[in-house]
Amino acid sequence: MVWTNAVVQGLLLGGLYALFSVGLSLMFGVMRFVNLAHGDFSVLAAYAAYVLVEHAGGTPLWTFAAVVPMAAVVGFFLQHFILDRALGAGELSPLLVTFGLSIFIESALQQGFGANNDSLFLGPLSYQSWKITNTLYLGRLEVIVFVVAVALISGLQLFLSRTQPGRLLRATADNPRAAALSGVNPRRVRALATAIALATVAVGGLFLAMRTSFTPTSGSNDLIFAFEAVIIGGLGSLWGTLLGGLILGVAQTVGSQINPADGILAGHLVFLAVLAYRPQGILAARNAAL
Amino acid sequence: MTMLRLEGVTANYGHLRALEEMSLSLDEGDILAVLGANGAGKSTLLSLISGELKPSNGRIFFNDVDITHLDPFQRVRKGIALVPEGRHLFASLTVEENLLVGGSTRRQGSWSLDAVYDLFPFIKERRRSRGGQLSGGEQQAVAIGRALMSNPALLLLDEVSLGLAPVIVRDLYGGLRAVANEGTTLLLVEQDLTEALGVASQVLCLLDGRVVLTGSPDSLSQSQMITAYFGDGESAHKSERS
Ligand SMILES: Nc1ncnc2c1ncn2[C@@H]1O[C@H](COP(=O)(O)OP(=O)(O)OP(=O)(O)O)[C@@H](O)[C@H]1O
Ligand SMILES: [Mg+2]
Repeated sequence: MVWTNAVVQGLLLGGLYALFSVGLSLMFGVMRFVNLAHGDFSVLAAYAAYVLVEHAGGTPLWTFAAVVPMAAVVGFFLQHFILDRALGAGELSPLLVTFGLSIFIESALQQGFGANNDSLFLGPLSYQSWKITNTLYLGRLEVIVFVVAVALISGLQLFLSRTQPGRLLRATADNPRAAALSGVNPRRVRALATAIALATVAVGGLFLAMRTSFTPTSGSNDLIFAFEAVIIGGLGSLWGTLLGGLILGVAQTVGSQINPADGILAGHLVFLAVLAYRPQGILAARNAAL
Repeated sequence: MTMLRLEGVTANYGHLRALEEMSLSLDEGDILAVLGANGAGKSTLLSLISGELKPSNGRIFFNDVDITHLDPFQRVRKGIALVPEGRHLFASLTVEENLLVGGSTRRQGSWSLDAVYDLFPFIKERRRSRGGQLSGGEQQAVAIGRALMSNPALLLLDEVSLGLAPVIVRDLYGGLRAVANEGTTLLLVEQDLTEALGVASQVLCLLDGRVVLTGSPDSLSQSQMITAYFGDGESAHKSERS
């Protein structure tokens, strides 16, 4: 029964990881680089919410309405004024720029907030749970986070496959040259991808801050988990990313069940095993770019 | 009325000069066939017109507007569409999605999904297949259809017949004739002379990055064209150039 519990908790956690991953995978699909500051933006969102609650009060839940659109706008301008330039300056440039951005965000947050743990406390929702059996309890917040994450990823997949902006995004990821020759403005598409990436990672950042805690430097960890989930699931579709997040979550909680200190390690091992035996990822679509 | 005008356009790839002082003028409704051997500079010419390659010298005008510095997507919006060599479909998108992406500019005109399916009926039944699953001929038809969806005034085509069976090439050229009859100006690059000369109203031969012959297909003799195509005995085997 403890194993069932570990697996279920892992799945709930994995939904959150998937939310961190979709943006990373979307930006990689469209621009072919890994945004090394991706995790830091989740932490930045968490601090933004933290400050908003401190000043305006109320439950942290309302901050979604302010922080997520703000993140999208930041993503748009980040792409327009910084990343687009870096992309024009060679393959390594975007990596260096986002690495620099990551360092900058982390030290700025450290300056502003110190190195301690903070959290977005939701009151009773933080500890209430549903009893399923005598040994299996589902935290309400955990379930809500999971449901929202899956709904958001499904919605995003629907947006990509059914709407014209989504098609243009997929077309650009598939063949940027042909997209430009079809009249698609590549700058517009890249800005859209980054806006979505930052909005989704902001949602993830707020949820993580509500479920556990955050520090100015915890973004680096978030980035690693997001990256591992993307690789495990395989680039090609957001379903792959969701699956990758779930597998990573389960690996971590089952690993912790075996030895409480080894949860994270178990996740890394699964990631390495996938890299070694199925580098294209578990659910890599046959010929899909996104 | 002159639709497209190139004035002394020179193009380089690094140190390699691919096109030299090229001038060209194309009227609305013209069908220009550009002929030439491998490496003559045909695709380079199309890249210059589509905006993928910027000239190191010279200017390009479209409907009397200087478009020399416009990006490819901006030129599509002005009415210039390229069907690239190798077709370049979106392999992971369906046929219909490929066409819809082509229509994203929403330029005014008569092309629509149905119009493209009427032009090439054999891709209609494959509209839910992914670009990567199509045969070469089907891919080429979709690539042409995708370009048409932007309602171009000038359609550029790079080696439409390359690697395709003669029956299919005939179907594709049948479609292109219909497109030309609607008034669209065509610029086709070909190595297959028969089909190209069958539709062309003008011919231009490139050799080693220079125009060596122009005229109407009827006014040019076979031997003139063969010389223009291969050069004189000297340069016939000179595919490596400094
Ligand atoms: N991207 C590139 N980088 C460097 N050189 C290039 C590039 N593209 C073409 N060239 C060179 O420029 C010259 C003209 O090439 P281009 O592709 O325009 O010829 P083409 O007439 O289209 O030939 P083909 O019939 O083989 O398609 C050739 O010598 C070619 O090797
Ligand atoms: Mg060529």
